[in-house]
Amino acid sequence: MNDLLNIEHLSTHFKTEEGTIKAVDDISLHVRKGETVCIVGESGCGKSITAMSIMGLIEGPAGKVAGGSIHFDGRDLTKLNRHELRHLRGNEIAMIFQEPMSSLNPVITIGEQIVEPLRVHLNLSRRDAHTRAIELIEQVGISRPEQIFRSYPHELSGGMLQRIMIAIAISCNPKLLIADEPTTALDVTIQAQILDLLRRFKEDSDMSILLITHDLGVVAEMADYVIVMYSGKIVEEGEVTQLFANPKHPYTQGLLRSKPVINQRQDELYSIPGQVPNPLELQPSCYFHDRCEHCMAVCRMEEPNLKKVGEQQKAACWLYEEAKVYA
Amino acid sequence: MPEQLLEVQHLKKYFPVKSGLLNRTTGYVKAVDDVSITIGPGETFGLVGESGSGKSTVGRTIVRLTDKTSGEVKFKGIDVYNLAPQELRKLRPRMQLIFQDPYSSLNPRVRVGDAIGEALLDHGLADRGEIRERVQEVLASCGLSAYHIDRFPHEFSGGQRQRIGIARALILNPDLIIADEPVSALDVSIQAQIINLFRNLQETRGLAYLFISHDLSVVEHLCTRIGVMYLGSMVETASRDELFRNPLHPYTKALLSAVPVPIPKLKRERIVLKGDIPSPANPPRGCKFHTRCPFAEARCREEVPDFRDAGGGHYVACHLV
Repeated sequence: MNDLLNIEHLSTHFKTEEGTIKAVDDISLHVRKGETVCIVGESGCGKSITAMSIMGLIEGPAGKVAGGSIHFDGRDLTKLNRHELRHLRGNEIAMIFQEPMSSLNPVITIGEQIVEPLRVHLNLSRRDAHTRAIELIEQVGISRPEQIFRSYPHELSGGMLQRIMIAIAISCNPKLLIADEPTTALDVTIQAQILDLLRRFKEDSDMSILLITHDLGVVAEMADYVIVMYSGKIVEEGEVTQLFANPKHPYTQGLLRSKPVINQRQDELYSIPGQVPNPLELQPSCYFHDRCEHCMAVCRMEEPNLKKVGEQQKAACWLYEEAKVYA
Repeated sequence: MPEQLLEVQHLKKYFPVKSGLLNRTTGYVKAVDDVSITIGPGETFGLVGESGSGKSTVGRTIVRLTDKTSGEVKFKGIDVYNLAPQELRKLRPRMQLIFQDPYSSLNPRVRVGDAIGEALLDHGLADRGEIRERVQEVLASCGLSAYHIDRFPHEFSGGQRQRIGIARALILNPDLIIADEPVSALDVSIQAQIINLFRNLQETRGLAYLFISHDLSVVEHLCTRIGVMYLGSMVETASRDELFRNPLHPYTKALLSAVPVPIPKLKRERIVLKGDIPSPANPPRGCKFHTRCPFAEARCREEVPDFRDAGGGHYVACHLV
């Protein structure tokens, strides 16, 4: 197996006054070397919590990785201590977030913030780190690197800041880059630039990317493998062309149909009725049942398992299970 | 020519930039710089642009939430800027605004029934006795239930809150709704529901919309005419079919090609624009787009292109067309 990241039965729970929220509920996923895996889903489906669990960023006492394992390059991340995790983060696994503005320190220059990980993780001298930082700024397509080096975050636009975040993320040549909605806050023309940049780095460096997004267009453009999440569960996963050509789960089908696409206008857009269930009120069932056109008796009583439905495709839906009859 | 519902002519809105000890005006942000729009009854005009293009300011200036710098705004032939406060108040129910974030436009301590009904009372369009019934009617037409009337905003999801925002605009029976990014904060499955709601309401009530959005695919679904803005200026206006089939301005072309399409491994020609959107406080000379335009010539750096008809009501501001 050449899995770089291997997550088995991960569950992340949050305790609230009203009860426990299973934000991530028994999910397994794998990212191979040089592969881009996209997790797609709507707000509250647990896609960001999955990423934060990998990075060890779930804050106690309310939040907790309640079960499962996260193996990265042979080590179980859930068993590492703070010091070991700190060494790993930024060095071998890097992460970029939706809001570049709030992930950079507003009172420290851009240059200092790029130099810091180079000094800490790669033990570069001040001078070497400076040279490398300038190179990195150039690499992410920003002109006048010397001037940008001395700037503060508020002096740059959102697109530039996201480039800086990428520069920091790739500065230590990570094996895995986790990108959580990296282009959601950006304009489309800037989004196109950033996606281009990420693709280029991946091709040049054999880095793996775990990309989290709600935009199926971005998924189609970036992914090798897609994971669709709903209410903390994986409902469908598969190789990108297969999944888009032949989505099996009614939720995936609905998502694809409800997205307006340029030059494919319909009179009435398809829309999935209803809304995401309250995570506190989930009962053993298919969590999508009350919004599903194909809902059967069994869907309300029992949870479906993720089963193979195609060559490289799995879905968790009773439509593809052996008939189980409930009176 | 048929009576137009809204006519905006050469609208300009400059915000002064003040600096220094004496707080003197040292320059202007030309948020809206000579924009003209006409919307007929029952029509939907889509205003598209990236952040900082001035599209929201156009909407706010039309309803006089901010004052214009120059130009003309006529609603049903009446000059909106020539009205006494009393008359303007009377006109207000005819034009309603819907915002992107419905949560921040609802008072968290006011029940939604009261929030929706209060405008009716305020404008004296109904008396207390009939309000509840009117609110329930409008809730139903926005896809909410009668029992929602006594709930508070925090009890609703994002999509439902946007329905409340729409209900609040709708109860006054407006002719024109200006919707500023109304579906941008919503998830795809909910977004489709709200887009369909906009469409159904238009069919049943004959509403006209000024639909402001950065998302071309949403605009294509809803709008009959589309205008593309860049740094405060309109660069292209055309009917929907014409704009999507035959975009003329390089910026429109780039914008269209930048939207990710949900078809994997699709090879298509993409115009990736270089650089960032310049600051509207200091826009480039000549054609404002020349700094990012892949086809810019010497002339584009000097002369401002005219906004002219390229045939059949397809307007474009580009030297090269």
